[in-house]
Amino acid sequence: MSEFFQVSRWKPGPLLPPRDARDGALVFVVAVLCFLACLTAFAALAANRAAHGWTAQLSGSATVVVRARSNETPDSAAARAAETLAGVRGVIEAQALPREKAEALLAPWIGAEALVDDLPTPRLVTLDLDPKAPPTAGILDRALRAAGVDATVDDHSRWIADIERAANIARFAALGVFALIAAATAAVIAFATRAGLAARRDVIEVLHFSGAEARFIASLFQNRFATMGALAGLLGGAAAAIIGALARYFAGGVGVAPVLPLAWIDLLAALPAPVLAALIAGVSARLAASRIVREMP
Amino acid sequence: MRIDTEQGDDALPVVRFEGVSMRYGRGPETLRDISFSLEPGSFHFLTGASGAGKSSLLKLIYLAHRASRGRVELFGRDVSLTHASDLPFLRRRIGVVFQEFRLLEHLSVFDNAALPLRILGRKPATYREDVAELLTWVGLGERMHALPATLSGGEKQRLAIARAVVDRPDVLLADEPTGNVDPAMSLRLLRLFVELNRLGTTVLIATHDEDLVARAARPTLHLEHGRLVDLGGRP
Repeated sequence: MSEFFQVSRWKPGPLLPPRDARDGALVFVVAVLCFLACLTAFAALAANRAAHGWTAQLSGSATVVVRARSNETPDSAAARAAETLAGVRGVIEAQALPREKAEALLAPWIGAEALVDDLPTPRLVTLDLDPKAPPTAGILDRALRAAGVDATVDDHSRWIADIERAANIARFAALGVFALIAAATAAVIAFATRAGLAARRDVIEVLHFSGAEARFIASLFQNRFATMGALAGLLGGAAAAIIGALARYFAGGVGVAPVLPLAWIDLLAALPAPVLAALIAGVSARLAASRIVREMP
Repeated sequence: MRIDTEQGDDALPVVRFEGVSMRYGRGPETLRDISFSLEPGSFHFLTGASGAGKSSLLKLIYLAHRASRGRVELFGRDVSLTHASDLPFLRRRIGVVFQEFRLLEHLSVFDNAALPLRILGRKPATYREDVAELLTWVGLGERMHALPATLSGGEKQRLAIARAVVDRPDVLLADEPTGNVDPAMSLRLLRLFVELNRLGTTVLIATHDEDLVARAARPTLHLEHGRLVDLGGRP
C-alpha cells in the first residue's frame, strides 16, 4: 500500500472540481451587483428619512397670513391673531412676525424699494403645533373668524401630500431597482451554473449514471454557488458600507446631501447582503442544475 | 432504497429486451428488433464488430439512452413506465465499466473507487477498508493517492472496474474491459468478473477479445449491423 496514503485517515474529496478562473469572474460580477443593491438600499433609507423629516417639520407648523381691517393696524391685527391662536388646543406657540420679517419675505418678489410705508403688507403669524395632535386648518380658521380676524391659514397640507407622494415614489423606485438587481443576480448565477454544468458534464454524467439523484447533484451546485454568493455578498456589502461610511463621515450630520441624510445605522442595511446573495445564488444554481439533470436520459 | 417488484424479482430476468430498436436523434437505427433476456446470475459476453451496436445496447441497459421502439425491462420493471425519480435506484443496481473509463480527474484513485458508495450515502468508516482491499486486488494498492491523469491506460481501466464493482451491483456491464491491459491482468480481471458472478452478480461483457471469450467459456450474444444474431450460444 502507498506510503503516502493512509486508509484510516482518508476523507472524501470534493465531488465538484476545484474553482477556476470562471468562478472568480462570477464572484466579481455578483459582488458588483451586491454593491449596487446595497447603495440602492442606503439611498432608499436616506430618502425615507428625509421625507419623514420634511413631513414632520411641515405638519408641526402652520403659517397664517393676516390682513388688517380698516379700523386697526397690521401689527395689532397680527398680535390679535397670535393671541387668539395661542388659545387653540394643539397650538404650542403662536408668534406674530414683525413687519421687517414680512417685508424680507416679500422682497425677492416685489423688490425692497417698492415696499413703501403705506403699502398694506400682510403680516404673518407662525404656529408651532403639537405634532401628535395638530389642529386642522378648519379649526384655526374658525377660531380666527370667531375673533373677527381676517386671515388665511396655510397648514402646509398641500406640501405634505406632495412630499409623501415623492417619498413613496422614491421608496418604490428603490424597491424596483433592488428587485432588478436581485433578478440580474439570479440570472447571472443561473447562466453561470449552466455554463459550469456544461463544462463539467463529464462529472455530472458519471454521478448520474452511478445512481445519483437529481437533488444530490443539484445540492452540489447549490452549495458551491451559495458559498460563492456569500463571498460576493460579503465583498459587495463591505465595499458599499465603506463608501457609505466615508460619505457619512466626510459629509457630517447632513449626510451625502441635505436631501439624502444618511445615518450610521443605515449602513446596517449591508449586513444581510452575504446571506441574501448566498440564498439567491444557491436557489438559482439548484433550479438550473435540477433542470439540466432532469433533461438527461 | 431498492426497487423490487411485488412478487420479488429473483425469478424474473434482470434484463429483458422485446423487439427493441434504438436510434441517435433522427439518424438510422443503430439497433434493430433486439429481443433477449439475462437471467439472474448469468454471465454473457456481447460480441460483434466495431459499430455493430455493442455500446449502444449497453447504454439501453444502464439507462443512458431510451429505446425508440420495443420494450426494455430491468429487474421486472418496464423502463418506459418507470417514473424518472425511480431511475437512479435502478441505476444503483447496475455497475458500468465505460469504454472511455469516465474517471473523475480531480479525485484520487481512492475517491474514484469509493464514488458509488458515497452516492449511496454510506459513511466513509464503513467502507474505507473494503475499498482499499479492492484497489489492492486490482493492483492499484500503491496508487490510491494518485490522480487519474498520472495512471497508465491499464491502471485507469482497473480503476474503472473497481468503481463499477465496489458496491456489489446486481448487474455488471463492461464495455471492452480488457482493451488496455496485458494478458496477465486480463486474466486477473476475468477472475474478478467470474468471482462476482459466483456471488450472484449478473455479468455482461462487451468485448473484441476472442481469447477472453474462449477462456471464459461463457455464452455470447453476437451483434451484426445492429441485429442480434446469436442468442446466448456457447463459443
